[in-house]
Amino acid sequence: MTARLCWRKFVSGFMLTMTGVCALVAVSVLFFILGYLVYHGGTSINWNFFTKLPTPVGETGGGMANAIVGSAKLLLLASAFGVPIGFFGGIYLAEFSGHKVAFVVRYAADLLNGVPSIVIGIFAYALVVLPFKHFSTLAGSFALGLMMIPITLRNTEEFLLGVPRALREASMALGASKWTTIARVVVPAAYRGIMTAILLALARVAGETAPLLFTAFGNRYWSPGLGQPTASLPVVIYNYAISPYDDWHRQAWAAGLVLLGLILMVNIVARVILARGVAVPRS
Amino acid sequence: MSSRSFLSRLRDGDEIARVITFLFAASVVLVTILLVVELWMQSALPRHKFGFSFFLTRVWDPIAEQFGALPFIYGTIVTAAVALLIAVPLGIGAAIFLAELAPQKLSDPLEFFIDLLAAVPSVIYGLLGVFIVVPIMREWIQPALKNTLGFLPLFQGPAYGIGFLTAGIVLAIMVIPYIISVSREVLMSVPRDQREAALALGSTRWESTWKVVVPFAKTGIMGSIFLALARALGETMAVTMVIGNTPTISASLFSPGYSIAAVIANEFTEATGDLYLGALIELGLVLFLLTFILNGLARLMMLLTTQRGSGTGMA
Repeated sequence: MTARLCWRKFVSGFMLTMTGVCALVAVSVLFFILGYLVYHGGTSINWNFFTKLPTPVGETGGGMANAIVGSAKLLLLASAFGVPIGFFGGIYLAEFSGHKVAFVVRYAADLLNGVPSIVIGIFAYALVVLPFKHFSTLAGSFALGLMMIPITLRNTEEFLLGVPRALREASMALGASKWTTIARVVVPAAYRGIMTAILLALARVAGETAPLLFTAFGNRYWSPGLGQPTASLPVVIYNYAISPYDDWHRQAWAAGLVLLGLILMVNIVARVILARGVAVPRS
Repeated sequence: MSSRSFLSRLRDGDEIARVITFLFAASVVLVTILLVVELWMQSALPRHKFGFSFFLTRVWDPIAEQFGALPFIYGTIVTAAVALLIAVPLGIGAAIFLAELAPQKLSDPLEFFIDLLAAVPSVIYGLLGVFIVVPIMREWIQPALKNTLGFLPLFQGPAYGIGFLTAGIVLAIMVIPYIISVSREVLMSVPRDQREAALALGSTRWESTWKVVVPFAKTGIMGSIFLALARALGETMAVTMVIGNTPTISASLFSPGYSIAAVIANEFTEATGDLYLGALIELGLVLFLLTFILNGLARLMMLLTTQRGSGTGMA
């Protein structure tokens, strides 16, 4: 074996090992984040964390009950706004639209998907906060819902298009109208895929902080109704992390652990379902 | 007679469904247009007052109502550049491993973890940035860089821990999953015969990967980098938490700085006066246009490769 060949083989082996190292580094970041959050946050989670309101600065104890409820409210309302638009829009794209309209809608959705979340916040501020003159759950939900639309829309379209043509034809041949076919055959066949896509969209916006900063704002107390500023987990984590108080830092870790735990759980469940194949019966 | 009216009723149902779903789809387009219009209208005041000099002046003084965006634009570009310098080699290396080397049994779970990493919210990255990366930078990395590469203006000045370099590193960690996922997919779409031909000509495994497969997928990989760049430019929380939030333009990467997204996040709620608010919204408009262009280019490039890939695969 010549020296040159030796060298080439060495370079090959070396570079390929390096790519493996790159992959290892990238993946280990996840376990590092998880491990650190469990280590730091785990000790700060207790019953009070879930049931108590925040205490004034200087008093230890207290929890984030209002932020947890606030986040839940924001997400619920965001889904109520974003999911129907995405879902029915997706049905239109997959079942009814022509090429030109579909292109425009898809383009708009992709554009919306790429807008930085802070800019979404500005938009929600201009559209909802300015007219009502104060921060509210409503404005925050609008911002989050807006971010759910493109994900829901594109996934609904994709899963509907994945339903075999034969199913539609069989239904139509039995005399069902197009709408009946869509509602009773096509959507049920793509149901699991669409549901997991919605779950992923929800998990994505659950951790969003930037669009909430000047829409939902924050609140040290409960936020009744939808017209008041509200606390939310991500914003509380941000505020507590940049505060100078040790006790708040501990609570930020705990909240981070809870938030990340929920998001990763939803992601794992959704991705396992997707990987097993979404039940589209093949002929 | 009755059957005809029944049929027409059904057809009517179809038409109703068509119209209703169309309204939902149209609202997506409408809301997107509205977003652009709002950003444009709400930033009219500073656009008329400062014109193009908004981007070229460096004084940001809300009390004197002087608004120059240069320090924020500088900070955004520098942090994104640092992020890409770190994330691109690491991300592409990992993508090559996942697509070319790792057997499917290893590649799929690793990709699963990478996807999970992409799902971690940015405020969590910020949290870890503040409490882990900043101290490490201050105690270890910045002094080490100063001792070895301190003759470069890039690595001079006091080591605060926060600043351009730290923000760039945190951003890099955040965008790596995007580069890996997209690049891996693009690499896997390169037809098998390309690799086999290179190997048959006597190239080593690395040569076939680096000189044949990667060039073949070049456009798509560039697309993934643009996508990562768009993410890095628009990223708010993690950057805000570690960049230092001081509008400075400094050659030193150790210096605290500011970015477009960070200044919006910090000052929006306390912006008094229409001109101040308008200036922040104009920054949002800049951010929007930047990501709009980058995302468009990224999509075009990925489309080009995957089409070429499948086209050659058929032949």
